[in-house]
Amino acid sequence: MAEKADIGTLAAEERNAQAARKARLFCCGSTGCLSSGGGAIANALTEALAGHGLADAVDVVPTGCMGLCSLGPLVRVEVPGRDPVLYKEVDPMIARLIVAEHVVPAAGAGDEGFELPAFFTEHILPMDIPFFTKQTKVVLADSGRVNPERIEDYLAADGYQALQNVLANMTPQAVIELIADSGLRGRGGGGFPTGQKWGFARQAEPVNGEKFIICNGDEGDPGAYMDRSVLEGNPHAVLEGMLIAAYATGATEGWFYIRAEYPLAVDRVEKAIKQARRNGLVGKNILGSDLNVDCQIRLGAGAFVCGEETALIHSIEGQRGTPRPRPPYPSVQGLWDRPSVVNNVETLANVPAIIRNGPEWFHAMGTETSKGTKVFALTGKVEHSGLIEVPMGMHLREIVEDIGGGNPADKPLKAVQTGGPSGGVIPVDQLDVPVCYEQLTQLGSMMGSGGMIVMDADDSMVEIAKFYLGFAVDESCGKCAPCRIGGTQMLALLQKVTDGKATLDDLDLIRRLSRAMQQASLCGLGQTAPNPVISTLRYFEDEYMEAVIVYSDPSSQDWTPRGT
Amino acid sequence: MAEEAAAVHIGRIAKQWGKKRGSLIMMLHAIQDQRGYVPRDAALELARQVDVPLARIYEVLTFYNYFKTSSPGKAVVSVCTGTACHLKGAPDILAALGEELGVADGEASEDGNFHLQSVRCVGCCGLAPVVTVNATVYGKVKPAEMRGIIGQWQDRIDAGEL
Repeated sequence: MAEKADIGTLAAEERNAQAARKARLFCCGSTGCLSSGGGAIANALTEALAGHGLADAVDVVPTGCMGLCSLGPLVRVEVPGRDPVLYKEVDPMIARLIVAEHVVPAAGAGDEGFELPAFFTEHILPMDIPFFTKQTKVVLADSGRVNPERIEDYLAADGYQALQNVLANMTPQAVIELIADSGLRGRGGGGFPTGQKWGFARQAEPVNGEKFIICNGDEGDPGAYMDRSVLEGNPHAVLEGMLIAAYATGATEGWFYIRAEYPLAVDRVEKAIKQARRNGLVGKNILGSDLNVDCQIRLGAGAFVCGEETALIHSIEGQRGTPRPRPPYPSVQGLWDRPSVVNNVETLANVPAIIRNGPEWFHAMGTETSKGTKVFALTGKVEHSGLIEVPMGMHLREIVEDIGGGNPADKPLKAVQTGGPSGGVIPVDQLDVPVCYEQLTQLGSMMGSGGMIVMDADDSMVEIAKFYLGFAVDESCGKCAPCRIGGTQMLALLQKVTDGKATLDDLDLIRRLSRAMQQASLCGLGQTAPNPVISTLRYFEDEYMEAVIVYSDPSSQDWTPRGT
Repeated sequence: MAEEAAAVHIGRIAKQWGKKRGSLIMMLHAIQDQRGYVPRDAALELARQVDVPLARIYEVLTFYNYFKTSSPGKAVVSVCTGTACHLKGAPDILAALGEELGVADGEASEDGNFHLQSVRCVGCCGLAPVVTVNATVYGKVKPAEMRGIIGQWQDRIDAGEL
């Protein structure tokens, strides 16, 4: 069968077309920026360009997330031979001004100097601030640079080269070894070595000729939107990662499981699969090889527990998303009892870059046990709230104070929460720790999927613990008693604390219940649900004690002697 | 006539998805996308057309938060309760909306026009706190702005746009 498309030719054509442009205008088209009015910006730019007769000479490129979500909509102007300029808080009026006062004169100025008019100053975001300079982008390298809805853009950015190389030059076993050598670990929170997981799946015999690769895009942590941004910003990278994983593990079909609350991400993945299929990258005899993999999408429906892999598998099967005991692990018995590999979005997005640049390149970033980079959604009480990617091993303080720019209200910071409802808080005096799986766990938190929420003096730690526990209780599927009953009882105890009616015995009971839930719950949700409570009790016991002490004071109105 | 149209619609969904594996949730999504919720008659019709017991459909339908089994009203007002929004005042926003609409979280207004709900993280944390009305997102909102937002949607409802 003839190869449907030569992706090398397509990439070269696209690169030539891009190089011929007088300027390229990138506007963020992710959910965050579209919400703050970004949808109108691309139109305004296009219309303005047409008005100046530049419709064909200048590209308007809708892209994925550029990172600084709190200052969106963002527009980046690139004119060959000049430094790129990033505009913040753009509205249609500013967009027209950018075309008239920046793009038109800069594109026409030739080699002569060109100065931006002074009135732009307040809309220009300097690109040498720590928010940008301290980041290292691997997963997000092309997010904000390529149009996620055009496969040509991705091809021009070396897309699908890794797949082509793997299919032509490597055995599946060699791919698994390469990924293992790179040190890549699961980015969904668990941190299991990806190469090892693929190895298990490789060894598993297909059932009825089938073996599956599943992309976990059920990002349910409140305060986290890394996976959404990756799927929206560069869906082809995730798809390429999935296809490479399929080749390495021998999977016959790929499944994307994505939250229904992320319609834009779903839409872009759907388009990516279609375009890839049209270009012979998905389907039968991929790139002329023996690899046959088709990909499908299944939507979540608002159940946090479906991020747990066995619950996720039940959900893809069209059932209630309840977990089951492991083993057997999905790599042996997964979706419809076929061997299945479940990888997180960010994990898969790392794969093409690792193949392209080699395992040593990836291995060189990070700490002894945690390699590469990690994407975080940095939010809460920081000046620069947004999507960031940093090398593993960067200190939390550097992330919060330099990249995040500290607290805008100049209030003292109190703690940083990572890992969402499964993680914990890290007090501000312990922020000098490197970001890596083991260190964060040691501090009573966890890497998690990448939510990083900064809290200041205004935030009560007991309230925070109650907030997260309330979330876990709401989302408990109810299958096992430790999680279903333990969570509810513990929430009632926390309510007692915040009502000022708790005793020291109650704090003790909270601790005992926590241990029971950790040890006896069926899945990760219940096992980790007490973590926010335990970690706030560990570092901020005084805040719990304040409530208890008020109660123990006999002069307090509500006071009744213990034991009556 | 409306019932017939609904049956045809479900027939189309069943034809697209019925033979595919793991498609029940996708079919329920398709029904909710069209009708705003999954009415009992639609669930019955689906059960008949794809030969799945009604109990199995409801087993799934009631497990997932996203699916609604009653009509949500013309304007669905959702307050994000993700962590970033929570820290930046989502509870105050919810209270202000409750007062403005005269309903509690999860309730519809008496005229059935508005439905107020708190929802899981919508993933616009950089814009916290966030409120969405149908598909429109309002970022960095303040409690005092709720009256104006509701007013805009009331105007649209009055004008028959919804």
